[in-house]
Amino acid sequence: MGKPSKEKMIEMYRAMVKIRKTEQKLMEVFSNGEILGFLHVSIGQEAAPVGICSHLTEADYIATTHRGHGHAIAKGIDLKMAMAELFGKKAGYCLGRSGSMHLADKSRGIMGANGIVGAGIPIATGAAFAAKYKKTDQVAVATFGEGATGEGAFHEALNFAAIKKLPIVYLCENNGWAEFSPMSIHAPVQSVTKRALAYDIPAVSVANDVLEIYEEAGKAVERARKGEGPTLIEVRSERWYGHYVGDAQKYRGKENVAQAMAKDCLLNFEKGLLESKVLKKQDIEKINTDLDAEIEEAVRFARECPYPEVSEMMEGLYL
Amino acid sequence: MKDIRYIFAIKEAMEEEMDRDENVFLIGEDVGLAGGSFGASKGLYEKFGPDRIVDTPISELGFTSLAAGAASCGLRPIVEIMFMDFVTCCMDSIVNQIAKMRYMFGNQYTVPIVIRMPEGGGLNAGPQHSQCLEAWFAHVPGLKVVMAANPYDVKGLLKSAIRDENPVIFIENKTLHAMKGSIPEEEYLIPIGKADVKREGTDVTVVSASRLVNESLKAADLLSKEGISVEVVDLRTIQPWDRETVFTSIAKTHRLVVAHEAVKQFGFGAEIAAAVAEEILDELDAPIMRVGAPFVPASYSLEKYYVPGAEDVKKAVLATMERTF
Repeated sequence: MGKPSKEKMIEMYRAMVKIRKTEQKLMEVFSNGEILGFLHVSIGQEAAPVGICSHLTEADYIATTHRGHGHAIAKGIDLKMAMAELFGKKAGYCLGRSGSMHLADKSRGIMGANGIVGAGIPIATGAAFAAKYKKTDQVAVATFGEGATGEGAFHEALNFAAIKKLPIVYLCENNGWAEFSPMSIHAPVQSVTKRALAYDIPAVSVANDVLEIYEEAGKAVERARKGEGPTLIEVRSERWYGHYVGDAQKYRGKENVAQAMAKDCLLNFEKGLLESKVLKKQDIEKINTDLDAEIEEAVRFARECPYPEVSEMMEGLYL
Repeated sequence: MKDIRYIFAIKEAMEEEMDRDENVFLIGEDVGLAGGSFGASKGLYEKFGPDRIVDTPISELGFTSLAAGAASCGLRPIVEIMFMDFVTCCMDSIVNQIAKMRYMFGNQYTVPIVIRMPEGGGLNAGPQHSQCLEAWFAHVPGLKVVMAANPYDVKGLLKSAIRDENPVIFIENKTLHAMKGSIPEEEYLIPIGKADVKREGTDVTVVSASRLVNESLKAADLLSKEGISVEVVDLRTIQPWDRETVFTSIAKTHRLVVAHEAVKQFGFGAEIAAAVAEEILDELDAPIMRVGAPFVPASYSLEKYYVPGAEDVKKAVLATMERTF
């Protein structure tokens, strides 16, 4: 698999910036009170979704988490419709019914973010089961954090996928914090790869580096497509902004946060692209300016769209 | 017509639907090689093979959520939960995921999935193998809840459940598995959401489901000898339940007994009694009586006193006959 092409790297950089900038914008509109409920951002973790989704087609499946904007963007979600959903508007993917924690786009295989930790893992495994059942070459990806590996859903899904050699990649973004608790409190192992041993699933741990993730994800997706079964990839990720936006992270200490921020997967990638002359400074500026405009346009669209009518609340419960 | 046991009627329903639609598959513990722990899938593994009759590890949450994922990708899973009690291990899957996926994702995904499970006493299996938990699922928007009282009903209802685009909790009763009944040779379906008047009467309406329908019919026989005419309404579907049939019957008899095997408190009978009180209280000539198990865990040694039956229904009917507003 090796390194991505120059064009692919530019595409990956663009996707990472898009995730970063979209979530920065979301933090802003969340603090204005324009979006409701809870908001969980993945700033600092952009490398993992981009690294894996660079190998997926629209037909492939991904089930994500409460911290799932990045995966949805990397899988190609329409930003206007996604923003409308976050604003609770009828034009949103879920008709404004569900918001950030349930972002889904069936047309691109995005099976939904999930408000329940670990719940998406067996659901994605079911998508892989369906692909094998129908003898397609589709692959499924389950994303989750290290906190989810304490859930039975994680173990039950991996066990079944290994028995049946299902075409799935388990992508664990280990950001070191299960909500408000460090991994040392909730796991006897410090790498999630050890969990996979019990299921005879090949597992690898990689740094928060998009090219490294790209390479390992490529091997895993290929294995899955060839019918060789599941792989687990652990990305040693960094969470900058707490469990949810507004979490003061008092349990963590400023130094720990500063260390996390210093390991900026986006900035590191950008530096590398500049050094290797894949991109010039002007290219980077243009990508950033273009994305600012795209995100502003999505926010404008979401603001202007109407909310669902109260009379529509009872629609669509049963088919 | 032919005679068939309830458990084989289940098998026939699954087999016919699997023949009809290759996206239908069965998944659960011991459903394949073993033929199902109560024998519901006997012979299906040999016919359809391991890809469509899928044995799983003991992992109710895992395989139920897996079925949810598969259903969202175009398959039509039938999930077998060995005992209804074990459904407690997959409540996230059913309540947070399956029930909500369609509505929550703005109708993008449909989750056509049937989750079969046997409930109730009869095996002296004690507190963790005898529960009737249908009211839990009837309380969750997005699920349909079906209960079948005899072999004819179980086959027709299960076939409809498999064809339904919505998730269906399909509840069998362990003591009914061996029950014999007559069914047509040719294919038939029974609609979900429609009750069935199993016996017509004029003095009291008994609204019931599953095994208690048969107990209520026995009670009606006993009571007819005492000159009391009982109408037995089998809900067949607990959610959404058939208000029209129930209300029409009460408008005729003016007396109501609700009967289920589940504990009386907060059972589905309470919902029916409340709806009747809200909407047609003026039709009633006497207080509503409820039949259900006592509010304790199912008893091992005292099961026959724990599980309600025909005598309990008879007592409730007599109690409402004695009262008047």
